[in-house]
Amino acid sequence: MKESRFGAWLALVIGTLYFIVPLIGTFEFSLRMRRGEYSFDAYRVVFADPRFQASFGYSTVLAIATIIVGVLLVVPTAYWVQLRLRRLRPIVEFITLLPLVIPAIVLVFGYLRIYNSSSILPFTAHERSTDLLLCFSYVTLALPYMYRAVDTGLRAIDVRTLTEAAETLGAGWARILFAVILPNVRTAVLSGAFLTFAIVIGEFTMASLLARPAFGPYLQLMGANRAYEPSALAVIAFAVTWACMGLIQVFGRGRGARRPAGR
Amino acid sequence: MAFLEIEKARKVYGANTVVQNFELSVQRGEFVSFLGPSGCGKTTTLRMIAGFEVPTVGAIRIDGRDVTHLRPNQRNVGMMFQAYALFPNMTVAENVGFGLRVAKRPAAEIKSRVDEMLNLIKLPQMGGRYPYQLSGGQQQRVALARALANKPQVLLLDEPLSALDAKIRISLREEIRAVQRELGITTIYVTHDQEEALSMSDRIVVMSEGRMEQVGTPFEIYNFPRTRFVASFVGTLNILKGKVLDPKSGRIAVDDQEIFASRGIADAQAGEARSVALRPEAVAIGRNGAGSNQLKGTIEEVAFLGAIVRIRLRLKESAIHFDTFNNPSAPPPERGQPVTVGFSREDILVLEGAEAR
Repeated sequence: MKESRFGAWLALVIGTLYFIVPLIGTFEFSLRMRRGEYSFDAYRVVFADPRFQASFGYSTVLAIATIIVGVLLVVPTAYWVQLRLRRLRPIVEFITLLPLVIPAIVLVFGYLRIYNSSSILPFTAHERSTDLLLCFSYVTLALPYMYRAVDTGLRAIDVRTLTEAAETLGAGWARILFAVILPNVRTAVLSGAFLTFAIVIGEFTMASLLARPAFGPYLQLMGANRAYEPSALAVIAFAVTWACMGLIQVFGRGRGARRPAGR
Repeated sequence: MAFLEIEKARKVYGANTVVQNFELSVQRGEFVSFLGPSGCGKTTTLRMIAGFEVPTVGAIRIDGRDVTHLRPNQRNVGMMFQAYALFPNMTVAENVGFGLRVAKRPAAEIKSRVDEMLNLIKLPQMGGRYPYQLSGGQQQRVALARALANKPQVLLLDEPLSALDAKIRISLREEIRAVQRELGITTIYVTHDQEEALSMSDRIVVMSEGRMEQVGTPFEIYNFPRTRFVASFVGTLNILKGKVLDPKSGRIAVDDQEIFASRGIADAQAGEARSVALRPEAVAIGRNGAGSNQLKGTIEEVAFLGAIVRIRLRLKESAIHFDTFNNPSAPPPERGQPVTVGFSREDILVLEGAEAR
């Protein structure tokens, strides 16, 4: 018993060191901009850089748009699969997992081939339509996480009975989905949303190849030309991701997660 | 004209016919139960009335309007489910007022109707609570209030008490019946619990393998079952192996002893094997007086259950189970003791076929 506990602690310590030591190293290095003493100069420089503000703002807006489109696409799909098309579940799950096995670079070259300026759907011809294409491509990238989260949430409630109860009370599909189902998978949707946010904020390949001013390409640019600022940016990116994870935990422990749903 | 009419409804899934030729007319304000074992088609029939299933053949009319192909949200029926189905994200008051909000009723009307419904189910202080803060019985009462808030034409209840414990089940079934009587709402109640069906219903539809076996009042169903299935499914029944001796006089042989039936064997032939059904409560130790039936046997088992003593009497091939009340001044018979039991000719029901148990 004691031996197995020791083993568990050892694994935990090794794992923690594996993640924490490089991060501490990066953080420590980011404080060394001023010669001979620690300072937050690198962070000051980063925050004062208008390209940081623009790229971070751009990626944040795009992340929010991705979350909205993703929720509107995934929630009705997962709901319908759960309610009426259970036989299609393995196929839908397979499709949602594809972005994990197809590299982003393959996807983006596919987009460029299909949606280039001389195609029938010339998304890349204008900046705004390219933004739209980037948003859709992020929805695809985040699909495995968003679908899993929402599907898990739907499995935890009695979707069929809640739907039928609402139907007998006169509700149509839109009301059932937005007033009954969505609020009951709120925690799951938020989990998917924060994961999506974390993915979009740091994504490089698609934004770079579609030539959009996102935070990922900015990180890469800084890393190629500066010494201390990239470390500061890496720490900031980690902080944003952790904040998202923390919010998942906070909402995951909310009222919705405690109560039995419809059973 | 009947308020709810189900006309020759049939439901087929692939090669499987789950409901066949279901025909029923329900009067306004009537409480009708669909009673049967699992898989008999009772819930499918209820779901056809609700609109969740469309009959393969047949029609359903509510107050003269054909609703066969209308969606559930166009039918104005209220429904209670076994799993309560309260919306977890809404308070009790929001749950009860949901249908009224869907119908876009004014806020003041919704509030007053919700208050009225909460008073009806005797939970006036619970409006602000969430479903997870209520007991199972309270949740089901809220589900009843929610189903009634929109003033539905028909109330459908799909085994609403199955998930509750025995004590609450009894009090809640009385409450449901009282509310139904007070509002005079036409109600269809699905259950596999015969006690529930017998105690609550104006009429019962006994179902088996998708067929209607018998429709009648609880008194008719219990006392005059028309088929072997109804006789065996509703109540406890002794089924004895019999042989018709004289159809005219109703004389039957059971394990070499003769008894008389007051009815039911006019169509039989002499020498034909028939099953004889006998309710346990019709049997008493001793002779019942002139003209009554009697059978001699040996006490095979005596179980003392407190207020009741359960006895099994062995004839020859057949056995009769019956209960007597505990009487301190008259101890129950002992195992192996020869005993004569009596019952009246009217208590015998002669069924078709010869299977005994």
